Amino acid sequence: MADITSNKTAVKKHRNFIADLVFRMITEKPLGTAGLIITVVFLATAIFANYLAPYAPNQLHGLSALKGPSLQFWLGTDNLGRDLLSRIIFGARVSVIVGLGASIVASVVEITVGVLAGYIGGTFDLVVQRFVDAVMCFPGLILMMVIISLVGAGIMQTILVLGITWGITGSRLIRSATMSIKENMYVQAAISVGSSTPDIIFNHIIPNIMAPIIVQFTTRIPAIILTEASLSFLGFGIPPPAVSWGAMLSGSARTYMRKDPWMAFWPGLALSLVVYGVSMFGDALRDLLDPRLRGGIGRYGTNIKRKPKELSKQR
Amino acid sequence: MRSYIIRRLLLIIPTIFIVSIIVFVTIRLIPGNIVDIMVSNFQDITKMDKQAIEQALGFNVPLYKQYLHWMAQIIVHGNFGKSLWSNLPVMNDVRAAWPVTLELGTLGIILAQVIALPIGIYSAMRQDTIGDYLARSFAVLCIAVPGFWIGTMVIIFPAIWWHYTPSIRLITFGSDPLGNLKMFIIPALVLGMEMSGMTMRMMRTMMLEVLRQDYIRTAWSKGLTERVVVLRHALKNALIPVITIIGWQVPLLVGGTVIIENIFQLPGMGQLIVNATQHRDYPEVSTILMIFGLVILVLNLFIDMLYGFLDPRIHYK
Repeated sequence: MADITSNKTAVKKHRNFIADLVFRMITEKPLGTAGLIITVVFLATAIFANYLAPYAPNQLHGLSALKGPSLQFWLGTDNLGRDLLSRIIFGARVSVIVGLGASIVASVVEITVGVLAGYIGGTFDLVVQRFVDAVMCFPGLILMMVIISLVGAGIMQTILVLGITWGITGSRLIRSATMSIKENMYVQAAISVGSSTPDIIFNHIIPNIMAPIIVQFTTRIPAIILTEASLSFLGFGIPPPAVSWGAMLSGSARTYMRKDPWMAFWPGLALSLVVYGVSMFGDALRDLLDPRLRGGIGRYGTNIKRKPKELSKQR
Repeated sequence: MRSYIIRRLLLIIPTIFIVSIIVFVTIRLIPGNIVDIMVSNFQDITKMDKQAIEQALGFNVPLYKQYLHWMAQIIVHGNFGKSLWSNLPVMNDVRAAWPVTLELGTLGIILAQVIALPIGIYSAMRQDTIGDYLARSFAVLCIAVPGFWIGTMVIIFPAIWWHYTPSIRLITFGSDPLGNLKMFIIPALVLGMEMSGMTMRMMRTMMLEVLRQDYIRTAWSKGLTERVVVLRHALKNALIPVITIIGWQVPLLVGGTVIIENIFQLPGMGQLIVNATQHRDYPEVSTILMIFGLVILVLNLFIDMLYGFLDPRIHYK
C-alpha cells in the first residue's frame, strides 16, 4: 500500500510544472480559465495584428467616415474614416508591449531595490524606505503624467516611467519577503561557509522569493494597461501614429462621439475585456501558486454540505 | 496615544523633505530645459530675453541654492511662486480649484463605501451562492472597466437618447446646493464605482475570515439573529483591514479625480495640474504636486489614528 502511494506522488511530481498548472486551472478555476482564454486571444491579436487587421490602422477612408458597423467595416469608422476594428487590433499590440515591458522593468527595479534594502538593512534600508514612502505618497497617475510631459511622450518613455514607478512601489513586498528569507538557517550557513553576498542573493534569496515576484508581475499587468490608457487619454501617453486604446477615446475623437457613439464604445470595451481577463487569470495563478492566500471553504466555514466531494477525497 | 501621534508627526518631516526634493529634482533636472521650451513656444524671444528669463526664474544660481530659496519662500512666506502662464500667484488658482476636488473626492469615497460594504458583506454571508458570484463579478467589473470609459458613456448616451447635457458652468454649493449636488453626483458615482471593487473584495475576504472565528460560533450558539451576529460581532472586526485598503486608495482617488474632472469639465485641482503640465508651468505643477503629497501624507496618518478608535485592542506605544 505504502509503495503504491509513494509511486503515485513520484509520478505526480514528475509531471511538467506548466502542464500541471494549466490542468489545475481548468479543473479548479473556471473564471481563471476564462481569463486565460482572453489573455491568450489578446496576446495572439497583438502578435498577429498584421494578418488579422483588415486594413492598416491609419489608412483613411474619407468617404465612409463616422459610419456605424457595416459589412465593410465591422466595427465602423472614426471621424477620419479609419477602420475601428483594425485600430483596436493594433491597439492590442501597444497594450501588450507596454503591459509586459513596464512590468518587466518594474520587476527588475523592485528586485534590485527590495532585495538590497531587505538584505543589507540598517541605515541603508531606513533611507531607502523613506524614499519609497515619499514616492508612494504621490498620486501615481499625476507623477507619471508630469514626468512624461518632461521626458517627452513615446512608447519607450511610457514603459520606463510606468515600470520604475511601479517597481519602487512594489519593492516594499519584495523587501519584506527578503527579510523573512534572510532569517533562515541556510542563509546563515551560507554566510558561515564564506559565500559572497552576490552568491547568497542569487542562489538563496531570489529563488525563494520567486512566488511573490511572479504574482506581482502578473497582477500588475492589468493595472499598467489601464494606466497607460488613462495617460494616453489625458494626452500624455503614446503619441500617434501608434494606436492606443486610451488615445482613441480622447482628443479630436471627443468632439465626434455624440455623432457616432461606436467610436467611443469599442476601445473601452476592448480595454475592459482585456483588463478583466488578465486580472482573472492573474488571480487564479496567484491562488494556485500561493495556496496560503486562498480562502477557506463553505459558508461561515462550518457548512460542510456544500463540498461533499472534496471532503470525501480528503478522507 | 499622544506620544505616538507626536512620533508619527516627527516621522513625517523627513518624508516631506524627500517629497519636496523629488518634486524639485524631477521638474528641474529632467532633459528639456523649461527655458528652452518657453523659447520655442514663443518665437519672438531672443537670446537676451532667454538670459533675462533665466535670471527671473533664478536658474542662474546653483541647484541647491535654488532649492533652498524655493523652500524658504514656502516655509517663511507661504509663497509658492507665480504661475508662468498668468503671472498671478499659484495659490490663487489653487484656492479656486480645491473645493471642487475635495467635494468630488469626498462624495466619491463615500459612495464607494456605500456600494462596496453592503455587497461585500452580503457576498461573504452567502458564500458560493449565485448572489455571491454576481457580487464578485460586479466587483471585478468595477476594477476592470476604466472610469474614463464609463464617464464617456455616461456623457454620450444620455445626450443621444434624451438630449441631456451636464452643466458646463460650475454651480457652487453656496449658491444652489441642489444644483451643485446634481452636478457632482454622477461624476462622484463613476469615481466611487471605480474605487469600490477593491474594497468589496477585501470586505468579503475579511468577513469570511472573521465569520470562522470561535466567538462567532459562540454568538450563533447563543441563538443570536444573523443580523446581530454579522453586524455587531463580525463587521467591527472585519473592518480594520478594509480601512487600510481605503487608505491605500487615496492616491488612486486623487488620480481618478484628474480623469473624472477632465471628462465632466469640473474646474478642480486635476484640471489645474493637467493644464499646467500641458503649458509646462512648472511653479504651478510643483505646487500642486507638493499639495497632493502633503494631503495624502496627512490622510494616511489620520487613517492610522482611526485604527485606535475603531479597535481598542490596538495600542500605540
